[in-house]
Amino acid sequence: MSTLAFLSAHGRRRASDSVNSVVAVAGLLMLAMIAGCQRESRHFEPTAGPGITPPMVRMSELQPAQVNPKQSIAPRYEVNAYSLAEGKRLFEWYNCNGCHANGGGGIGPALMDNVWIYGAEPENIYATIVQGRPNGMPSFGGHIADEQVWQLVAYVRSMSGLVPQDAATSRNDDIQSKKSENRTDPEHPVPAATPSSSERSQ
Amino acid sequence: MRIAAALFSPVAIASPMQDVLQPAGPQAGHIHALWLLMLIVCSIVLVAVTVAMLLAVRRASRGDESTPGDAALLTRDEHRIHRVVGTAVGVSIAGLLLVFGATVITDRALAQLPLNDGVHIRLVGHQWWWEATYDDPQPANVFSTANELHVPVGRPVVLTLEADDVIHSFWVPNLHGKKDLIPGRTATFAFRADVPGTYRGQCAEYCGYQHANMALLVIAEPSDRYEQWVTRSRSSAPQPADDTTKRGQQVFMQSTCAMCHAITGTNANAKRAPDLTRVASRETLAAGAIRNDPTALTAWIADPQAIKPGTHMPANALPSSDMEALIAYLETLK
Repeated sequence: MSTLAFLSAHGRRRASDSVNSVVAVAGLLMLAMIAGCQRESRHFEPTAGPGITPPMVRMSELQPAQVNPKQSIAPRYEVNAYSLAEGKRLFEWYNCNGCHANGGGGIGPALMDNVWIYGAEPENIYATIVQGRPNGMPSFGGHIADEQVWQLVAYVRSMSGLVPQDAATSRNDDIQSKKSENRTDPEHPVPAATPSSSERSQ
Repeated sequence: MRIAAALFSPVAIASPMQDVLQPAGPQAGHIHALWLLMLIVCSIVLVAVTVAMLLAVRRASRGDESTPGDAALLTRDEHRIHRVVGTAVGVSIAGLLLVFGATVITDRALAQLPLNDGVHIRLVGHQWWWEATYDDPQPANVFSTANELHVPVGRPVVLTLEADDVIHSFWVPNLHGKKDLIPGRTATFAFRADVPGTYRGQCAEYCGYQHANMALLVIAEPSDRYEQWVTRSRSSAPQPADDTTKRGQQVFMQSTCAMCHAITGTNANAKRAPDLTRVASRETLAAGAIRNDPTALTAWIADPQAIKPGTHMPANALPSSDMEALIAYLETLK
């Protein structure tokens, strides 16, 4: 009798031990995942200064011989809530909304739709901001710090849902003209010249 | 970077006064009087309570389990105890009423500052600096400055308080109490400085990363000196005279500076950051974070994040000759 009781108590203890170890492993895994999350990290070290030379942008998918892997520093800004919020502030500070409105377009093209005249990749948008574009887009190279251009790029992409929703900016404190960026459904970018029938085919 | 921060931080805080116990205006005086009254009343209460407690401890019955209970207490006349307790309650109520009445009277006194011939200033709180616009019926006489208010001694100052981003709070302890700056609302606040001097103010509502480095200097000066300052502030910034400062102005206009800062009389008209028309005449930079001299200014422009992490000013990697020219130009803006 007493042996049985001892055995069952022992069994229970072993079961609870294994539950505990599962919880501990899960906890450690979660901690490891927090270390991988860049939503809240902030970088205060200065970057290269005013952006003059844009990063290389490939305008074609075709490459001779072996395809070079894509390298980009843009993801660092796109998964980071601080960078996106700064981009949203700068979008107003530097009067981007003067022409692009709140992404809906006006004097300039809309930024919240899926149509991209000069490319939807971060490097494309960087080049557009830094170099300027015909018909009215000013060239901001040298006038906006490099760091800030990347923040703007990240925010512009968040307008059509191209960044992780958990990092994108939430609703405005003042008048709301559209869904906040973190509630925007991702668009599927297409070049401006693509016929409308093939839109959203990707 | 950290060393630079350590070098520049503590210097600016040394000279100006920030002290509730040294009122420099009528309202700070009223608040100080109320504070003294409360200190006296509370001290009396503390002493009385402590004495009563010590007496009770001393009179507590001494004995052990074998000592019989003192049944005589039950038959004792309690008139005296009633009187003592009644008096204590009466004195407490009188003390409370005294403090309450004094608070009401102080509140009324604070509101009764005569506002004739007042200086009207629109003060906007930003993360993390103060924008001050001196109003005038003549639009040409309106001018802006930042992080430093000059006020005339003996004349009331009427502040219109607004916030650009989050809630801030205006607090210059030597002159008045606190008043919050709330986005979307306009608050009015009036004070008068009767003693000339430099008084330090501090944002008193947590407003983000650099809340602690959001200071404001109020410089109270005699009427004639104040008028001189106003006249100088109303005029456009001096034009650069020599080649270096001319180059410095070019650097300012062609780089990132002009995107956010304004200098009157030039093409730089942005209103997102402090107005730099008289930047060299100010005592501190970065809202009291560092002293204002060419070395500190260079360090600030090159890498603001090392001095005030999180500030909205970006780092500017200028070639050293351009930086020297820019500093030379900014130093002429007095």
